[in-house]
Amino acid sequence: MLRFLASRLIVLVPTLLGVILLAFFLVRQLHGDAVEVRAGERGITEEQLAERRHALGLDRPLHEQFLSYLGDVVQGDLGKSYVTQRPVLDEFAELFPATIELSVVAMIFAIVIGLPAGILAALTRGSFLDHGVMGAALTGYSMPIFWWAILLIVLFSNTLGLTPVSGRLDILYYIEPTTGFMLIDTLLSDEAGAFWSALHHLILPSIVLGTIPLAVIARMTRSAMLEVLGEDYIRTARAKGLSPRRVIWVHALRNALIPVVTVIGLQTGTLLAGAVLTETIFSWPGVGKWLIDAIGRRDFPAVQGGILLIAMTIIAVNLVVDLLYGLINPRIRLQK
Amino acid sequence: MRSGTRSGMQSSGAMRTLATAAVTAAALGFGFAGQAQAAKTLVYCSEGSPENFNPQLNTTGTSFDAARPVYDRLIDFIPGTTQTRPGLAESWTVSEDGLTYEFKLRQGVKIHASKTFTPTRDFNADDVLFSFERMWKADNPYHGVSGGSYDYFGDMGMADLIGSIEKVDDYTVRFVLTKPNAPFIANLAMDFAAILSAEYADAMLKAGTPEKVDQEPVGTGPFTFVAYQKDAVIRYTAFDDYWAGKPKLDNLIFAITPDASTRWAKLKADECQVMPYPNPQDLETMKGTAGVTLLQQPGLNVGYMAFNTQKPPFDKAEVRQALSMAIDKEAIIKAVYGAAGQPAKNPIPPTIWSYNDSIEDYPYDPEKAKAMLAEAGVTTPMETDVWAMPVQRPYNPDAKKIAELIQADLAKVGLNAKVVTYEWGEYRKRCQAGEHDMCQLGWTGDNGDPDNFLYNLLGCDAARPGGSNIAKWCDKEFDDLVRKAQTVPDTAERTKLYEEAQVVFHREAPWFVIAHSIVSEPISDKVVNYKISPLGSHEFKEVDMK
Repeated sequence: MLRFLASRLIVLVPTLLGVILLAFFLVRQLHGDAVEVRAGERGITEEQLAERRHALGLDRPLHEQFLSYLGDVVQGDLGKSYVTQRPVLDEFAELFPATIELSVVAMIFAIVIGLPAGILAALTRGSFLDHGVMGAALTGYSMPIFWWAILLIVLFSNTLGLTPVSGRLDILYYIEPTTGFMLIDTLLSDEAGAFWSALHHLILPSIVLGTIPLAVIARMTRSAMLEVLGEDYIRTARAKGLSPRRVIWVHALRNALIPVVTVIGLQTGTLLAGAVLTETIFSWPGVGKWLIDAIGRRDFPAVQGGILLIAMTIIAVNLVVDLLYGLINPRIRLQK
Repeated sequence: MRSGTRSGMQSSGAMRTLATAAVTAAALGFGFAGQAQAAKTLVYCSEGSPENFNPQLNTTGTSFDAARPVYDRLIDFIPGTTQTRPGLAESWTVSEDGLTYEFKLRQGVKIHASKTFTPTRDFNADDVLFSFERMWKADNPYHGVSGGSYDYFGDMGMADLIGSIEKVDDYTVRFVLTKPNAPFIANLAMDFAAILSAEYADAMLKAGTPEKVDQEPVGTGPFTFVAYQKDAVIRYTAFDDYWAGKPKLDNLIFAITPDASTRWAKLKADECQVMPYPNPQDLETMKGTAGVTLLQQPGLNVGYMAFNTQKPPFDKAEVRQALSMAIDKEAIIKAVYGAAGQPAKNPIPPTIWSYNDSIEDYPYDPEKAKAMLAEAGVTTPMETDVWAMPVQRPYNPDAKKIAELIQADLAKVGLNAKVVTYEWGEYRKRCQAGEHDMCQLGWTGDNGDPDNFLYNLLGCDAARPGGSNIAKWCDKEFDDLVRKAQTVPDTAERTKLYEEAQVVFHREAPWFVIAHSIVSEPISDKVVNYKISPLGSHEFKEVDMK
């Protein structure tokens, strides 16, 4: 296990280097830089342009800029945002908990509904229920996030008045961030009702963000279950006279879970990407929205740092997923 | 901080629990308890996060809005107008030659306290000097802090305009200009001319955290800054000792809501009471929604298409007049702007003083246009170009579509126009260099002074290559009028000069003026005395709640 972990960590180095390289050069392919983007109709004189580019170090040769950036990154310094002048790491750390909180709750929502739905569809293969679940999953998968979000807001917030429209907490409550996770911070605070308000605010955004992973998980669980249910050992288990419940939950599900767990890992990336839209619509102060703003403002350090940190998160999640395989399926553990 | 401001934070979204909270706060003896029972909180669904809280450094309206509650300026705009009134300067005198401005400062103006700072003195001339010298003097210890780029100070030409700033005594400041410039007063009412606290700056410099001045603002304004959570919320509370009297709102909250549909949903759900920048397609619904009033007003902008007056045949006024008649403006407004724009006939919007409403726009008359072109010796078919910027601007939501409509109209009078576009920075540069035949651009005003449009965009100085007069139009009669208006301090007299300048503009037609956008802001019926600012700002100083 340790050797496995070590080998995976070594592979990380070129991966991260690639991410840094890509982020650094791709963002520079965009037209205009931070200085030009700031100038509106008035434009900017050549001298001002040169002076400000110099101040930001944008006038140095590209490879020189890259090497000095890489040197800083290795020392844990991701630079300062051109726009806010604050360290990129600080800004990211301030906003990231909101994204994690939303993603985790969305993923829990997707698993709690998607997994049983997939199992149910597999067990009732070909039935009305199966078609219903799979039809719903397909609809969910192809749902435009923006439209879906507005639909839910109009129905649940404006018409029924059941959920808040956006934000993380009712403005009645003023909670200084301690951990950045609103559910935890509100519990730590002495504000009665704040926790429920935070939970309440999570409902719509997590449904919206969790919809696509839910659909994918349901479909994956169904096909994995169907495959496993046709295996010899299931027939054997049944022949042994085990209860259907035991056959399904212990023998079949455990094996069917392997591809499902992979999908969950891969969906984390989708979740972070989907968070951009969801965060914008629900005014959720996370990193997705922040990254989009940074691209629009050509805030190079923020874009590069943001992409690197998000990539590291996705890599870390997938590493955890790899380790989980071993727990689910001992054969994988033994092979390593 | 948390418990201390808690009762000050009692708010609207959950009015139902307000009474209980207020009683609790009062019982616990927290601050503001006396006013808590009637605490008025207005939530503004702002469209984005500010860059920081120092308007000297900012370039976006979003950032200006966020800093405005905290600061005052020497001069103030009267809310809802482009007219000025005394702010921190109680009065001022201008010397005969128009060069020396002496400002008498208001006495007894209190400065905010913050988590890290408690003022020991009232506002005085030192604060004025610090605020301007930070932007103006490279050797000021604060000049380089937070990026040290003072765009508006530079853009308004203040660096060259100001010859010296002196403290005459604690409550008198003297500005000596390098040339007479009547719009100077309007410039001082702009956000970048905010007055910061010199004492706070000194304290932060000593503490080794000068950038705090720009992140945790301290000023003399109607509201004190409480807290900012990036991309989520900005909280302000009324400044009890405000020199013009405590604001009517107790708390002001900016709920940062980047999506326009979400802002509208929040307004309907009473999660906020004022919102900027609605989706144009929601406007009709907004008008019919109970409990909501839709405020509308022309914006401080103009979208236009400049003829390159240095290239034949556009150097002839008759040709420009003919082309102005060849294009169907109404059709453009209908197809591109809808309810979000109104046709323009002058180079300044109707909300600016001196707007000449007696001018009659060129009618749409392609037949007459054809005849005039022939008379002017234009041989058709003629090859030409119409430029379209690649980005949406407040004054022009779809330049490409407009270019196509113009292209079709010009074809009817024998001009084959090619639509040209470049990346935005490049586009602006090339138009300023005068590479085009016809280039679409526009302008959003800064200080509400006609000079800001007429001299900047149409004066001879700006007609040089690279200047912002992209018609490259230099008309002596027009230029003399707008230059003279710069030197006259009397507004009535200036108005006459600008009205006349607009007559010259109309006759010479260096631009085909397209439209002014219409600014719409839905507000809750609970909100009292909120006015759309013609300057594009969002201000709550005099706002109340029912």
